[in-house]
Order: sequence, then C-alpha cells, then structure tokens
Amino acid sequence: MALAPQYLKARIIRYIFQMSALTSVLIVALIFLFLGRESLPFVLRHGLSELFGGMWNPVSFENEQFGIIPLITGSVLVTLLATAIAVPFGVIGAVYIAEVARPAEREIWKPVIELLAGIPSVVLGFFGLVVVAPIVKATFGLSSGLNALTGALMLALMAIPTIITISEDAIRNVPTSFKEASMSLGASRLQTIWKVTVPAALSGIVAAVMLGVGRVVGETMVVMMVTGNAALITFSPFESVRTMTATVAAEMGEVPFGSDHYHALFVVGVALLLMTFGLNMIAQKVLKKYRIG
Amino acid sequence: MNTTKIDVTNLDFFYGRTQALFDVTMQIRESKVTAFIGPSGCGKSTFLRTLNRMNDIIDGTRLEGSVLLDGEDIYSSKLNVIELRKKVGMVFQKSNPFPKSVYENVAYGPRIHGEKSRRKLDEIVERSLQRAALWDEVKDRLEHNAMGLSGGQQQRLCIARALAVDPAILLMDEPASALDPRSTARIEDLISELRGDYTIVIVTHNMQQAARVSDETAFFYEGRLIEMGKTKMIFTNPTQKQTEDYITGRFG
Repeated sequence: MALAPQYLKARIIRYIFQMSALTSVLIVALIFLFLGRESLPFVLRHGLSELFGGMWNPVSFENEQFGIIPLITGSVLVTLLATAIAVPFGVIGAVYIAEVARPAEREIWKPVIELLAGIPSVVLGFFGLVVVAPIVKATFGLSSGLNALTGALMLALMAIPTIITISEDAIRNVPTSFKEASMSLGASRLQTIWKVTVPAALSGIVAAVMLGVGRVVGETMVVMMVTGNAALITFSPFESVRTMTATVAAEMGEVPFGSDHYHALFVVGVALLLMTFGLNMIAQKVLKKYRIG
Repeated sequence: MNTTKIDVTNLDFFYGRTQALFDVTMQIRESKVTAFIGPSGCGKSTFLRTLNRMNDIIDGTRLEGSVLLDGEDIYSSKLNVIELRKKVGMVFQKSNPFPKSVYENVAYGPRIHGEKSRRKLDEIVERSLQRAALWDEVKDRLEHNAMGLSGGQQQRLCIARALAVDPAILLMDEPASALDPRSTARIEDLISELRGDYTIVIVTHNMQQAARVSDETAFFYEGRLIEMGKTKMIFTNPTQKQTEDYITGRFG
C-alpha cells in the first residue's frame, strides 16, 4: 500500500522521535544486562554468602575476602550524614530566598548558588582535603580529618544547591491566596511559611531532597579524596569509611581482568544501582502521597 | 444600634506611584451589612483590604489618612497587626481553603493563636461550621481534604475558617462571584443570618446582591467614594448623577 508522501513523512518523523525516546530505555536495559553478566560469575563461583562478609580484602595471598557490607555501611553512613546536613540548610535556604529575601537580594543569591552547583567535584575534593579535613580534625580532636564527617560535609555542599534551587521553585509556586488566607487569620509571616507554604510545597521539596540525595549517593571523587577509604563497618562519623563508589573507582583500574576481584566490583555496582533504584521508588511513593489535587 | 465601628478619614492609597484611592472618608456601622459597589478597578477591593491591613503584604504600597477601629488607629505603629486581623476576618473572591482536611482548615486560626486542647478545637470547629451552614454537609468527612469540596462548600468553609477566630468584623471580597446561583443564594442567606452578630463589609459588583443583603451601600468610582447611604436610598433615590448612571446600568 502506497502512502501519500506527507503521511510517509509524518510516519518517519514519528519513528525518529520514538527512537530518541527508546534510546534511553535501551541504554538502561543494556546497563542492567551488562552489570548482570559481569557480576554473575562471582555469585556462581562463590555464592551470595561470601558477599555478606564483614571484610573487604580483595588483594591477598592467602585469604581474599569480598564482603561488601563495610562498603554499604560506608555509603549509607556518608549519605545519611550528608542528607542530615544538607536538608535543613537547603530547605531553610530555599524558604529564605523564596519568601524572606528582598527581590534585589534574591538576584545575588541565585547566581552564587548556581555557581556552587557548578564547581567540579575534584575541586571540592581538594578544598575538603586542604581546608575542611584539618578543621574537622582540630575541632573534634581526631588523629585524622579524613573521615565520614568530612566526606558528608563536602557532599552536603554538593547537594545543597540542588535542594535550594528546586525547593525554591516549589515554594514560589504556592498560590498567594493560601498565604493571604493565613495572614488574614492573624498568622505571622513565619507561621504562614511553616504551616501553610512549606506543607503546600512539600511534594516539590521532597523531589528536591531526593535529587540531592541521588547526587550524594552516586558521588565518587569527593568521597574518594576525603573519607580516608578504610573499609570498616562503623556508624561513627569520626571513623574513616570507604564508599561503594570510591571502591569501584579506585580498584577498577588495577584489577586483573576476569578475576574474582573484577567480578566482585561489578557486584558492588549492582548493589549501588539497587540502592539508587530503591531511593527513586521511595521518592515516587512519597511524591504520590503528598501530591495536592 | 447606630454605633460607628470603623471610621475612615481622608484615606489616600498608593501602589508605588499609582494612586488607587483618593480622599475616602466613611463610617461603617456596627452590626450592619455594608456593601461596596462600583465598576472593576474602582478601588473597592483595595479599600476593603486597608481595613485589615492586607495591603501591607504587597511591596511598595503606601497609605495616608486614618482608619479607626473602635476608636483606635489601626495604622498606628503601636498596633498589633495579628490582633487586628484576629478581630477583622476576611473571605476572598476565590475560595482558598488550605490543602488540608476540613477540620484542619477551620482549626488553623485557633491553633496559631495558641489553642491546643483537642476538645476545645472540636467545639470551635463544630460551632464555626454550623454558623457557616456547612456542618451537616461535612460532619462525616471532617478528615477529608478540603480541596474535594464543591466550590460553594469551599467558600462556606472559608467563612467558617474566618469565624473560628471569633472576629467582630467580617470582610468579604466578592465572596460569591465565582459561584453558581444556588451557592450564591446560600452565601447570601448566610450573610443575613450573620448580620447583627458581626459587622459585615461586602464588596460586590452584583448590584442585586448589594440590594438584597446590605443595610448600607457605598458607591466607588475611579478610586473615590462617590456616595454612601442606606441601601434603599442609594438604589431608589441616589443624590449623585454617577451613582444613578451606574445603578441604572448606563455604565460599569
């Protein structure tokens, strides 16, 4: 059946668009496939129980150990700390810029925050190594400033611009009529912000926090430079930790291709992917729950 | 019962450099319904908002002249704006319930003014909803989101929310302009029921509405108060030519 040329054209354009949309799906699928293929040999050779060990000691003559638990706790600890620091600063900062700052002031804040978002992570890493780590060391009287807290501080610095920018948008989109209603009942500006504006913007704020946390979980360079990289199971912010990302980045370059260690690193990658995947799912759930009709 | 509740003298109001109100002087009587009528942009809503200082939250506004409430200057630097707004409730043109439950909407005012007892709050919520003629419709879904109510119910909820802080004055800025005729009638009935207990000021550009619900009517035109008097008088025997032209539908 011959199509009129204009229909053919429309159809071709449709396919081009479809392909573009499909590409990202395809790439995600490929990543899953590839990670699965490269990590499976390890599971087949050693079973899953090996992974749940408490020691990550992949290079050893007599007893190689591939327990990824310390890496997971390292990542979780740094992420939780960074989130705990970044969320209050980010949300309060966003409230300030959106609701309190004068317009002229806002014009100064916004570009500065965008600038902070644009700093390469390796530069932040340097800053952490040279400036923040000694301060943390001196403040808490530690033997080394390269620990989970320093890492979390640097990661918070990276997450804050994301949280501020997106939360600010959400807060500014809250209808003025809500604020007027609150003020007309005799609420102060602060009461209006905390009891009406922020709750009404909550879905946007949650999205902002999740994006910020996503950036924190996946960040590699900064944590490699400032967390000390000791694979310990610890929940103390003053201990050195080693995150999953830093492990993969640091060891991938030197590992013999096809060795147990090589495949174990892919297992770490899978675990990391599952973690971010889980975070995204939670974010979606939370968003749905707070969505305002 | 002809006490003056609000006494406004020589009020000028500016948005930046634009003057919106010119030399308005008027007395609003206690426990009566006063209607402001006039074409769009005549300053009636702006004037209404000077009575609870809602214009304060707009940047770059300025006011001259005086507004006395119970003899007290509400623009005095010593005045507590929170106390003022507690005393002067407001209902807006577009119903604006918070995206919270029906209960939380009504309890919002009392809560921010420090009421914590759940029993007292329950009482206030029920009483306010009853006064706003909404209780029977929502008593079984107090925990539902207020955004799910119909437009007319939302507006009555906003009235209940305003009543919950026990104001003496109720300012209504075209409260029925976005509603269907039936909901409008319910709001008007409600105003008649509240008359006597509250001093009510209502902005409307529906002249029949003004004639139905109000005791006194003020006609605004281009930022000036042209004429004010008993509603019956304004609608049957206005003294100003402009008022007559407006109410007979020659412009506006």
